[in-house]
Amino acid sequence: MGAGRLYTAVAAGGFRRYATYRAATAAGVFTNTVFGLIFVYTYRALWDERPHLGGYDQAQVVTYVWLAQALLSTLAIGGGGVEEELMERIRTGDVVIDLYRPADLQLWWLAADLGRAFFQLVARGLFPFLFGALCFPVYLPADAGTWVAFLGAVLLAMLVGFGIRYLVALTAFWLLDGMGVAQMAWLLGYFCSGMLLPLNVFPGALGEVVRALPWSSLLQAPADVLLGRGEPLRTYLFQATWAVVLLGAGRLVQSAATRRVVVQGG
Amino acid sequence: MSDFIALENVEKVFEVRRKTGFLKRERREVRAVDALSFTVARGEMVGYIGPNGAGKSTTIKMLTGILTPSGGRLRVAGIDPSRERMRLAHRIGVVFGQRTTLWWDLPLIDSYRLAHRMYRIPDARYRENLDRLVELLDLGGLLDVPVRQLSLGQRMRGDIAAALLHDPEVLYLDEPTIGLDVVSKTKVRDFLRELNTERGTTVLLTTHDLQDIEQLCSRVMVIDHGRLVYDGTLAGLHEAGESERTLVVDLERELPPVEVTAARVVKVEGARQWLAFPAGQSAAPLVADLAARYPLLDLSVREPDIEAVIARMYAEKAVS
Repeated sequence: MGAGRLYTAVAAGGFRRYATYRAATAAGVFTNTVFGLIFVYTYRALWDERPHLGGYDQAQVVTYVWLAQALLSTLAIGGGGVEEELMERIRTGDVVIDLYRPADLQLWWLAADLGRAFFQLVARGLFPFLFGALCFPVYLPADAGTWVAFLGAVLLAMLVGFGIRYLVALTAFWLLDGMGVAQMAWLLGYFCSGMLLPLNVFPGALGEVVRALPWSSLLQAPADVLLGRGEPLRTYLFQATWAVVLLGAGRLVQSAATRRVVVQGG
Repeated sequence: MSDFIALENVEKVFEVRRKTGFLKRERREVRAVDALSFTVARGEMVGYIGPNGAGKSTTIKMLTGILTPSGGRLRVAGIDPSRERMRLAHRIGVVFGQRTTLWWDLPLIDSYRLAHRMYRIPDARYRENLDRLVELLDLGGLLDVPVRQLSLGQRMRGDIAAALLHDPEVLYLDEPTIGLDVVSKTKVRDFLRELNTERGTTVLLTTHDLQDIEQLCSRVMVIDHGRLVYDGTLAGLHEAGESERTLVVDLERELPPVEVTAARVVKVEGARQWLAFPAGQSAAPLVADLAARYPLLDLSVREPDIEAVIARMYAEKAVS
């Protein structure tokens, strides 16, 4: 299928583009590891005081920390995804080039973001996770099936993450400079995905709400699968529903944006 | 097959909202393109010029299908661009001089491999076209260089190659020589001339560099305020703009302005005088007349500056 090969090529390009910046990647790995250490000691102090908070034991919560650091840049929860480039292209008018290509704008950027995400998963995810697993007592599933299921949840998380960030990026068609929206989205995503604390620990209505929001597909959902909480299929269904809703909304906004809005600059 | 590109009373109106007070917005319509009609035959090479904001880029964007016309009829190769943008994209090539289609971080060849997939170019034809373009555009040593390390001239040639890998029938060029040095400009122009004559590719060229037009285009269209104000040959443009040639004469000594019937003195500076006469007229009788009646030391003829011609044209339209 021709279209499949095109988007595979775009994804491969996305992967290789990020791979060219080795120093940045090394710095990112270092940062993720340091933040992992800070979070581990903070969480351990908290879980000493309140054992089994959110239903996690000490080993599980340490796993959660390193998983969070591994997925932070993969899912571009705090920024760093293709949305920044897309917003810049909309602001400068370079998006005109993306628009005249015989390719779908959303699929193009989705492919590019998946390529980026796979690179970040390998380059920036693996090392902090292995470091954590070797240096601290962690909980890791023993059966291969759980690991495979976990990777499935990560893949769906990539789709949901892109779905959210693509909508954020498209606001640049109306706002011209969408950085304010992007920064708000990153802050919201940081909290609502469970980067700060696992969503399980939030009590009452707040917990119910954040666990139902799309961001919980990003970190909480793969963590649930890895730590053996709940049915993987239910998690998949939750993630897939949000992926369909967000990507569908992205298509609607995209067609409105490209129809109504003037492409910037001569 | 009749006209390859055909526009009939095409217009594009943008609605601009302007802030006029707290939460108050004023809506205003801007006519970027107004009742524009022209046709371009297959294999033509046409210059499309006009001042900034005249509607050139808007026209190009409508021709690629990115913008939908507000009114009128527009066809490229029989296709309505905005309705069938994807289908048309396989038959056109676009180069925006100030933007790039190339992957900034990756070697040039990666962008070409992507074009191979994107335009579904058969393998044999892709290799053949790539070899030819690499040779003609002198890209041989650059294929493995990341695009961000290319000079502007190299990048531009790289972009032109990327736009032509799929054998488009028409090439839109928006400022293809902007910012290039003389050598790079010449390379690009030579290539475009060859592309047009050898392969019969239709070329629509937007530029501010009138040398591009003088060297490449037999036909020029001038657009101003969204309307076509001239469509014809370059020579005709001189006439339409009432352009003048200048005769510069050095006399033996300072004299009052010379009196000749065929020209008028526009400037006197010491022993040197500048005489303007219509561009269509021969300089020979004028020189003979001067030489017979005045002590001449030296003289030279300056050709009309097309830029001045066009500037005058815009100014006239603004007055009328």
